[in-house]
Amino acid sequence: MKVWKIPAYMGIQAPKRQQVGQASCLSHQYSRAGPWPSLDLSFGGHGPPTWLNGVRTMTTQIFAERQDQIHRKGDQPFQMSCDKESLAGAVSQRACVFCGSRVVLYPIADALHLVHGPIGCAAYTWDIRGALSSGPALHRLSFSTDLQETDVIFGAEEKLYKALVELIDRHEPKAAFVYSTCIVGIIGDDLEAVSKRVEREKGIPVIPVQSEGFKGNKRAGYNAACKAMLRLIGTGDTSNVSELSVNILGDFNLAGEIWIIREYFERMGLEVVANITGDGRVDDIRRAHGAALNVVQCSGSTMDLAKMMEEEYGTPFMRVSYFGVEDMAESLYNVARFFADKDPEIMQRTADLVKSELTTLYPALEKYRRALSGKKAAIYVGGAFKAFSLVKAFRLLGMDVVLVGSQTGTEEDYRELHEITDEGTIIVDDSNPLELAAFLQEKDVDIFVGGVKERPIAYKLGVGFCDHNHERKEALEGFVGMLNFAKEVYSTVMSPVWRFVPRKGEGRSLRAPAPLRSVSNR
Amino acid sequence: MKQVHRKPEPYVSTTNACKLCKPLGACLAFRGIEGAVPFLHGSQGCATYMRRYIISHFREPMDIASSSLGEKHAVYGGGPNLKQGLKNVMSKYNVGMIGIATTCLTETIGDDVPTIVNEFRRDFVDEMEAHGSPALVRVSTPSYAGTHIEGFHATVKAVVDQLAEETEPHQGISLFPGFVSPADIRYLKEIIEDFGLQGTILPDISLTLDGPALKDYEKLPSGGTPICEIKAMGGSRAAIEFSRSLSAKYTAGGLLDQRFGVPLHSLGMPIGLRESDAFFEVLEGLSGREMPEKHALEQGRLIDAYVDGHKYIFDKRAIVYGEEDLVVGITGFLAEIGVRPVLCASGGRSGKFEQAIAQVAEGLLPEPPEVREGVDFFDIAEEAEALEPDLIIGNSKGYHLARKWGVPLIRVGFPIHDRFGGHRILHLGYRGAQSLLDTIVNTIIEAKQEHSPVGYSYI
Repeated sequence: MKVWKIPAYMGIQAPKRQQVGQASCLSHQYSRAGPWPSLDLSFGGHGPPTWLNGVRTMTTQIFAERQDQIHRKGDQPFQMSCDKESLAGAVSQRACVFCGSRVVLYPIADALHLVHGPIGCAAYTWDIRGALSSGPALHRLSFSTDLQETDVIFGAEEKLYKALVELIDRHEPKAAFVYSTCIVGIIGDDLEAVSKRVEREKGIPVIPVQSEGFKGNKRAGYNAACKAMLRLIGTGDTSNVSELSVNILGDFNLAGEIWIIREYFERMGLEVVANITGDGRVDDIRRAHGAALNVVQCSGSTMDLAKMMEEEYGTPFMRVSYFGVEDMAESLYNVARFFADKDPEIMQRTADLVKSELTTLYPALEKYRRALSGKKAAIYVGGAFKAFSLVKAFRLLGMDVVLVGSQTGTEEDYRELHEITDEGTIIVDDSNPLELAAFLQEKDVDIFVGGVKERPIAYKLGVGFCDHNHERKEALEGFVGMLNFAKEVYSTVMSPVWRFVPRKGEGRSLRAPAPLRSVSNR
Repeated sequence: MKQVHRKPEPYVSTTNACKLCKPLGACLAFRGIEGAVPFLHGSQGCATYMRRYIISHFREPMDIASSSLGEKHAVYGGGPNLKQGLKNVMSKYNVGMIGIATTCLTETIGDDVPTIVNEFRRDFVDEMEAHGSPALVRVSTPSYAGTHIEGFHATVKAVVDQLAEETEPHQGISLFPGFVSPADIRYLKEIIEDFGLQGTILPDISLTLDGPALKDYEKLPSGGTPICEIKAMGGSRAAIEFSRSLSAKYTAGGLLDQRFGVPLHSLGMPIGLRESDAFFEVLEGLSGREMPEKHALEQGRLIDAYVDGHKYIFDKRAIVYGEEDLVVGITGFLAEIGVRPVLCASGGRSGKFEQAIAQVAEGLLPEPPEVREGVDFFDIAEEAEALEPDLIIGNSKGYHLARKWGVPLIRVGFPIHDRFGGHRILHLGYRGAQSLLDTIVNTIIEAKQEHSPVGYSYI
């Protein structure tokens, strides 16, 4: 039987670094070979693409205005422009402020989420995310004031008031969030006043979310959501919160992921006070200020809240990632180190946890790594922080990342991506279907990781795809998530269907099966 | 006729809407025109949300450009962004047309899109010419007035209004099928061809939203109604339009009639036997031919199947929801096969829903179904529970009810987000009815088999 040796740095000796409260990124030491014992696996067949026209058309797919939002590592020193308004007419993959707020607050399962606007904004966000709840599921209903022409002309404050009262009476939520939309920003309904009135009458927090779609991009929506949550925090009793406690920020419990992470923290001996916001509860969030540490994943969405809580309540925070083996282990160690003074045993417990998880994970991963090594991957996701982990996760599988981009990355994020990727990798901000299609063709990739809007680009071109967005139904976080991720990648890259797609053109090696009997046409 | 139930008091809030917003319908209609890029004049989120929603159903690329308005544009007007966006779309997509739909934001800030587009034509003459002078069609689709279906029809009408010209009369017919599936459109084309007729279907999403695998990424999908054919619609010898819920004064067919004197055949969606018969009769009249044997046989097999299947489904109680014309068609079909529609519901508010249901079910039902306009899934659920349905027919959005009641959901229409191949479902004509009938009968049999203590393998 083969004995699996766990790489030293994954084991007992926890890595040093990462100061609490510092928003620095995770490990910068990325050995190309990866932590795995190198396997002698040669994967031929990756010669120059047979369909080079992608390269030829490349320059024509990029708008002059967008040139500085694309960087090719190796061409010149890193310099990228980002955080700009999307170019009109460019079919950005981005959403809006409302979308950002909705993503973050949506998983709070015992709150009422009322969208104040015409029907579309609520209809398109009805039960679309796999944010699971272990109890109430009010978040899965889609509530709207469904504004009509007369509301737009005469104002809709009274309608909003009545809708809130009606829905609060019907569902008895623990709190209500009222989302503003584009049109409300124009007609000028006073959400604050209506919310206060209902809050007084109904005795639950009623919180307006300033998420008018046009007032910035998704990041502004994250910020509005964080501000809304800050109004809840500090209103609950924290007297029995343990000093060994954390809040989990920036995890939305897609496919039950936060339950995996909570279990890790509990095995380490930590109390999780509030899930922010996956499987979230209003009462937990109200006492979130009692936790000793905020662990923040998905930097884009809840980092603002972590900073606000640090300022207001002195709660330190730490940036983490639960994707991939390296980042998952390092995140747990960093959290453990934070509590090491108060609980000297925690490091050992954490090391045991990591060791036991890896002991089962590595042998299970081997099959996938063997098959996938040398394949090429492209990444385009919402936030750049997830991209860091994906780059490393692909590396663990022995795959090459040739394109990585995000909708809303910051310059710091892209610099980090520049650091951790290989020569020739394309790094892109706020891309669009034409560019992405051209990049996929140019790089002849085997798999594209993105969300629903990216999927048809990959599939039309005959490229494998992995959904790493909010609609995913597979848990991709934690150690088990790495295995699921490998399975997801494997299940698309290794499918026989690519052998029939036109892209493979002359490379299509399969002929029709020989007929049982053939008659020549004379 | 006596109404058994009183209509409930409407709620102020909407829960789980049974409709989508108007610009989405516009995007779908524009997508069915050759070389057209749908363009939403509004904030970026609208385009992105709708793309995601549409892609999840069709599993095809769906590019929707946006003028991506920000805060300052909302204050000073979105004109400059709209113009820049049009320029960018022209330069990157080899467009034959840009279909510009407004959103609630730009309607409310008062952007005068026709004027902005005219200015664009005037100020960018050279660019327009360099890119083959694409058509710029605009439609007003404020999300707070009407549903996606009204947006769809308004767009088809706007396209005809702004493109169709006075031309020499020709033999072609114009067909406006409404929002049906790519499979339906392919079948309609086949039928028209089999009658030896020349026809233009607007819009035609049969290829643009259900295309083959390709070697290179197409910036714009092939297919769609050719613009030259839309221009020539004024000379059509006849027009056919499927809709019982819309008055001809709001439709493309009505416009062709009023402006160019094109005779209009206004039919219901040809779902089920009788509505299909009506459609085939019109084609017989227009072509001067009897129904081609292929279709006559399909009709005959359908009636044969009605007979073979009738006992499994007789008097089963069904709830039908979705877009009004689809619900009307399905209801007529259910009435024919002996399934009893007990509740017909839609988020739309045409004012003609109840009357249309009565027309298609005439002579077939012992008592008329409850008919509800402008309702959401909360309203539907509230009423439906007491009606004890055996099956539910509609899009994916009613699945939560089916699950709660343990009743099968038969998926038709849009969106179908929880099954594979929703865009290939055939609803129309004898062939569509055959396929729906097989599905319904088998669903009922399966439910019976599942719940049977015996577990018959022979039913």
